[in-house]
Amino acid sequence: MSLLEIKNAHLKLDNKNILNGVSLSVNKGEVHAIMGPNGSGKSTLSYMLAGRDGYELEDGEILLDGKSLSEMEADERARSGLFLAFQYPVELPGVGGMSFLREAVNSRRKFLGEKELDHLAFVKEARKEASKMFVKDEMLKRAVNVGFSGGEKKRFEILQMSMLKPKVSILDETDSGLDVDALKIVSDGVNSQRNKENAIVVITHYQRLLDYIVPDFVHILSDGVIIKSGGPELALEVEKNGYSGLINAA
Amino acid sequence: MVATQETIDKVKEVSSSYKYGFVTELEAEKAPLGLSEDIVKFISNKKKEPKWLLDWRLKAYKKWLTMDEPNWAMVNFPKIDFQDIYYYSAPKTKPKLNSLDEVDPELLKTYEKLGIPIKEQEVLAGVAVDYVFDSVSVATTFREKLADEGIIFCPISEAVQNHPDLVKKYIGSVIPIGDNYYAALNSAVFTDGSFVYVPKGVKCPMELSTYFRINEQNSGQFERTLIIVEDNSYVSYLEGCTAPQRDENQLHAAVVELVAMDDAEIKYSTVQNWYPGDKDGKGGIYNFVTKRGNCLGKRSKIAWTQVETGSAITWKYPSCVLRGDNSVGEFYSVAVANNSQQADTGTKMIHIGKNTKSTIISKGISAGKAQNTYRGQVQIQKNAKASRNFTQCDSLLIGDRCGAHTVPYINQHTPSARVEHEATTSKISEDQLFYCLQRGLDTEQATSLIVNGFCKEVMKELPMEFAVEAQKLIGISLEGSVG
Repeated sequence: MSLLEIKNAHLKLDNKNILNGVSLSVNKGEVHAIMGPNGSGKSTLSYMLAGRDGYELEDGEILLDGKSLSEMEADERARSGLFLAFQYPVELPGVGGMSFLREAVNSRRKFLGEKELDHLAFVKEARKEASKMFVKDEMLKRAVNVGFSGGEKKRFEILQMSMLKPKVSILDETDSGLDVDALKIVSDGVNSQRNKENAIVVITHYQRLLDYIVPDFVHILSDGVIIKSGGPELALEVEKNGYSGLINAA
Repeated sequence: MVATQETIDKVKEVSSSYKYGFVTELEAEKAPLGLSEDIVKFISNKKKEPKWLLDWRLKAYKKWLTMDEPNWAMVNFPKIDFQDIYYYSAPKTKPKLNSLDEVDPELLKTYEKLGIPIKEQEVLAGVAVDYVFDSVSVATTFREKLADEGIIFCPISEAVQNHPDLVKKYIGSVIPIGDNYYAALNSAVFTDGSFVYVPKGVKCPMELSTYFRINEQNSGQFERTLIIVEDNSYVSYLEGCTAPQRDENQLHAAVVELVAMDDAEIKYSTVQNWYPGDKDGKGGIYNFVTKRGNCLGKRSKIAWTQVETGSAITWKYPSCVLRGDNSVGEFYSVAVANNSQQADTGTKMIHIGKNTKSTIISKGISAGKAQNTYRGQVQIQKNAKASRNFTQCDSLLIGDRCGAHTVPYINQHTPSARVEHEATTSKISEDQLFYCLQRGLDTEQATSLIVNGFCKEVMKELPMEFAVEAQKLIGISLEGSVG
């Protein structure tokens, strides 16, 4: 059974067809990359999966570890093990990073029937994970994403991912706004979390990120459908010929 | 975006059951209904007051008769029938108690329900509590320890008996009897409240705290608090309130006067959670309070911190008169208004002395159909050279039927002074909510987190144990709103 199964997903925004029958199976231990030009429906796909209000499926189905997500609210999907690393992480003025992380982690633990972490245990765990992402204590004391640089925001996203230990992570344009050094730190963070039990879906515009996070499968999204799937070599083809060559061929 | 609307509706929806809505069954001794010179005499007589105080009350009563209710605040309510209020009620329990064991068990249960286990508080928090139950204080703790330091902390009715000179000297010195309609009324009929006196050079070793509780149905609540802090001394005073659910509106018109001498500092913190009424505001408390601090001494400092979540109507402007040179006034406020609540609150900073400094941080949160107004006055008088004020007013809206208003008045008569005013209005954005939900927080947790983040600058001014309580309260007052 696939860990994440998207079946024939259709979605409209403002009466416009955005997703026109996306199907995708992601198994445990796999990393999939979804590539596509602007306006192909990449971000919509990630919001739809995460259950953002207004992004409900018109038709089709999504299953996480065999369970249908369609009837679940965004928070329930998150607690069930679906994580979205935002392209533009949102600022929460006055909300300390550490307390935010702790609320999130304990919500997930509660859902899993695990004991909630007390303050000390949590801080210890958070510091350990944070140091791997080069996230300093000082940053965890600041308000979530407020005044963070582009690199800091993305590092904080991946830190949350590593703390929450999701089944499926969707990384939405995680490379945007990153310089090469930051890209490497973030990619290393993601790679360190790859294991046999989880799966990662990388949504990206450019092939660049895939040099660091090497996918098992690459899919090309265009006009709300996957027009071509292949291995890592497909990304290189995009790099060489652009999307237009592929789209025309399809 | 259907589902989005649903989220907004959820947040806007109103709490139907007030968590602290219960009535303690205690027999009360009441004055006859209504207000007259005889009632004023009845109260004074009940409390065995000296003649000067009775005369003072009568003077206030006569003044009150000539005054009109203020109508400039942005609040609407049916006209109050002042003849339909009981002006005195006292629990029958004997007020003279040596220990908590002597307190009416019913009463102790009430506090337990409120989550204020008295004993635990004594031991753990080190808080000396002057409980005000309706109008008569029934238990005072830690008084001996305070007495060792020369600090007086007692019901004001007791201070009238034991320290008449201090009371006579300072009562009405900050808020004169004719200051405003409600202050005049309070001066005429006040029943009890707290009295604090800190002598020279003493830092009060613990937070002083009073839990107010309105209990007797239909009894107006007219508390009177007077705090005097002498040279080089310090006190932190906490005031917190909850009230049981009921149908008829209850008027509360308290007066709080603070006096700070040279280098003295007073921190006055309030968490107010009186019954706000049902969804339509029916049955809630009217909270018409006059609070003012007089920074009489040089380099004196008075800081008001308030978290206002309750009451159907709040009309409250804790103020500082900065008379002493280099004195400092601060006002930190969080006002939450949900459902049909109306809050018109803010502060006045009156700069009289040279080099005086004031800071105002106000955070207003509106949800449901609530209206939340910040009204603040900064006055820099002619001799207040080089004085400074900084004001920041932020409003947060939840839903689209509520309102936030900011009404600053600035009167500056000194060119060398500097006054700054910043104001923002924002909404909890869908992006913020979605971000939190995506991390597994439910809507309620997310709202509470975002709102508490918004209030953080004020919350950090509260004493630790109070801050935790206040955070929960803000959660609770918006919680009903989220199903």
